[in-house]
Amino acid sequence: MNILRAIATRIATTLVTLFGVAVIVFVVIRVAPGNPIAMMLPPGASEEDIARLTALYGLDRSIPEQFVIWLGGVLQGDFGTSISLRQNVLTIVLGRLPATLELSLLALGIAIVLGAALAFVATRWRETPAEAGVDVVNGIALSVPDFLWGLALILTLGVAWPIFEISGRVSPTLDLPFVTQFYLVESLLRLRLDITLNLLDHMIMPAVALALPLAAVIAQLLKASLKETIRQDYVMLARTKGFSESRVILHDAMRNALLPTLTLTGVQLTFLIGGTVIIERIFSYEGLGNLAIDAVINRDLPLIQGIVILFAVLFVGINLAIDLLYAILNPRLRHG
Amino acid sequence: MLTRRDLMKRGAAGAALVSTAGLPLRAFAQGDDLTIAYNVNLPSFDPTVGLSAVNPTIQGIYQSVFDQYIAQAPNLDLVPGLLTEWGWNDDRSKIEMSVREGATWHDGSPVTPEDVVWSLERAGNPDTGNPIQFVWGKIGNFSIDGNTIAADVKEFEPTLFKWMGFLTGYVLPKAYYESVGAEGFENAPVGSGPYKVVQFERNAFLRLEAHDGYWGGAPAFKSVVIKFVPDATSRVAEIDSGKSHVVFDIPYEEFDRLKAKPGLKGVTTPVSDIAMIFINDVEPMTDKNVRLAASHAIDKQLLIDRLLNGYGVKIDTLQTPEYDAYDPSISVPYDPDKATELLAASGYSTDNPVSFKIQTTRGFKPKDFEMIQAIVGMWRKVGIEAEIEVYEIAKHFELRAADTLAPAAFYNWGNSIGDPSTSTGFAMFGPSPHSVWDGEDIMGMIGPLWGEPDEEKRIAGYKAVDKHIAEQGAVIPLLQYVQPIVFADSVDVTPHVSGAVQPNLMKPAG
Repeated sequence: MNILRAIATRIATTLVTLFGVAVIVFVVIRVAPGNPIAMMLPPGASEEDIARLTALYGLDRSIPEQFVIWLGGVLQGDFGTSISLRQNVLTIVLGRLPATLELSLLALGIAIVLGAALAFVATRWRETPAEAGVDVVNGIALSVPDFLWGLALILTLGVAWPIFEISGRVSPTLDLPFVTQFYLVESLLRLRLDITLNLLDHMIMPAVALALPLAAVIAQLLKASLKETIRQDYVMLARTKGFSESRVILHDAMRNALLPTLTLTGVQLTFLIGGTVIIERIFSYEGLGNLAIDAVINRDLPLIQGIVILFAVLFVGINLAIDLLYAILNPRLRHG
Repeated sequence: MLTRRDLMKRGAAGAALVSTAGLPLRAFAQGDDLTIAYNVNLPSFDPTVGLSAVNPTIQGIYQSVFDQYIAQAPNLDLVPGLLTEWGWNDDRSKIEMSVREGATWHDGSPVTPEDVVWSLERAGNPDTGNPIQFVWGKIGNFSIDGNTIAADVKEFEPTLFKWMGFLTGYVLPKAYYESVGAEGFENAPVGSGPYKVVQFERNAFLRLEAHDGYWGGAPAFKSVVIKFVPDATSRVAEIDSGKSHVVFDIPYEEFDRLKAKPGLKGVTTPVSDIAMIFINDVEPMTDKNVRLAASHAIDKQLLIDRLLNGYGVKIDTLQTPEYDAYDPSISVPYDPDKATELLAASGYSTDNPVSFKIQTTRGFKPKDFEMIQAIVGMWRKVGIEAEIEVYEIAKHFELRAADTLAPAAFYNWGNSIGDPSTSTGFAMFGPSPHSVWDGEDIMGMIGPLWGEPDEEKRIAGYKAVDKHIAEQGAVIPLLQYVQPIVFADSVDVTPHVSGAVQPNLMKPAG
């Protein structure tokens, strides 16, 4: 019952949050300098031309009027029409979401595996040069921003040793027999491993660039948590049973140590998704981030609103899911 | 059941496949395929409406898929396209155009005079959202006789036929467009240009296939992939790693490095895009001495040599040497002593400098911010203290349309038809939303030229305007940009002065 009440409360606050985001975004992008009409004015446009274009895109109304019209449409599933792409915003944004989700989840997977491995090494060989080495690696991974990792990867594994593809999501020459935009998932389900490998060939570098800072965060937190956990009585007991240190860390200490890391990983995942904006641009990856940059450059107001709302839904959804997962994994919350 | 051994075997096979997929493509294939890394994304496919229609950078893609009414040669000359002949009657009250016979759409159907008329009527209809409607709406009442189209001139527009080879001047297929609608056309565009669209992944790539029935002859490359790579570093990596055959608009220092590499070649072309500083006639720019001093104090050649690796052409009017009204006799030389004298005449000196703000973009054009920094340094030496404000290009457009730019504002101005009306005319005619100069004298000179039917007189008129502008210091033209293109030595590239990079102007190296 407690969990159900908590879920209901969270959903209610989520809706309020989304409304707040919608209001802020709507107002901010309209009062910010630059408007799409000024950008599309041809040489020689008259005052009448400007008025005609302004009315055509509904920008001749007051901001509150525009907001009410837009919100009314959103409540009916109509996010408007993109000014630059001249297509339905929801269709465009949902079409791009799978690419960004697949990239983010791949990056998250890499970050977790890498972070956990580093934390394990530092804990297993604590107070040795190995732990110091892990700390140095963590420090470097954290202090270099993801877009610089991206450029470094392009210059090394893309140019100096051209192992991976530099741009795009999949090779243009491949015919994709897919019905969804979740290419990676669908290629696995259809056992089209040639396409899977081609996708990974394009996704590895951007995913690693996104993953490195997060892996360092996970490694640091998990290491601290593991160090605390391995001093607990039940872990000591496991040791006295004669299990190896590695087995004790992986089997007995890891589960409890994971809980605080899980919460933080959820928060960090939202930052990781935010990081896709620049990374997708650098790697010419056809996701939401790349789309968002064009939308901002072109002052495509409906598209910016659609992308930001979708990002907001993603972020609050992820946080909600993490909270629920935490409640399920933590017996004190589950029964309390 | 999957055993651990099986899993390891499959993993090893997968790793081998991954590494094979990632093998370098350093050895460019000389064949039917061509890959170009383009510097912008293609937002939409209808070249006649919306933001994309007035974006000069993507016209090269449109020109690959669609035909213009009148084609434009690489040197900007108008040449027969879907229209083979065009012209006015004696009193400029009617126009007549002949439509090419034998041209076909990508679906195999013939291009007809009805397609041309429908495209022109659609362009002239204010409801369709064509941003150049102000030109297309000046003709109407079309009639067709065989392959000849006649139309009434509602208002004389001297540049009408030049616009037919410029922004939104594209012929679209009437029957196909009406059957699929605007959204259907976006999803599956059909044109009559040298290439047809096979696959379009927005923000990723465009796959084109040669239109074998093209009236101008089948293109040399049968299959073309245009990758959209807006990040300059990534474009450099594309050619450096051998994954694209052609890249352009990369930093000049990278251009110099890449063209020296084995297997790569480079070409630079002055294009129809200039760097300039708008002068807004507000204080202190109402003082002619200040304006002229600001012009004479700038060493343009030094900017080109030091900041652009020598790639640029110094200009003193808004016309480049390729434009119709270029007049080499108009000169505003670098003369810091004269600048000092002019400022002194208005009571300014290095101890008592005149102050104003200059706005600029940063990273929108090559070394834009750095150029303004250098100019501010040159100004300081003669008694001008300028404060730099960096803004986004979107804000520039908004401020310019509202006539609220700072006293000085850096911008680039493209003019790929090379007509003076679309450079000096729109940039300096007060009522234009693109001008921030409101001087009655210049307005009075440009006004009669809009509808001047005598072409020689019109061009001479604009040359006189440019001379007057130079004498008044009403704008500071800086330089003509040079477009760098790097390509594999298996490809021959013909650059276009408009800056439109077109696959049909490329062929296997012979």
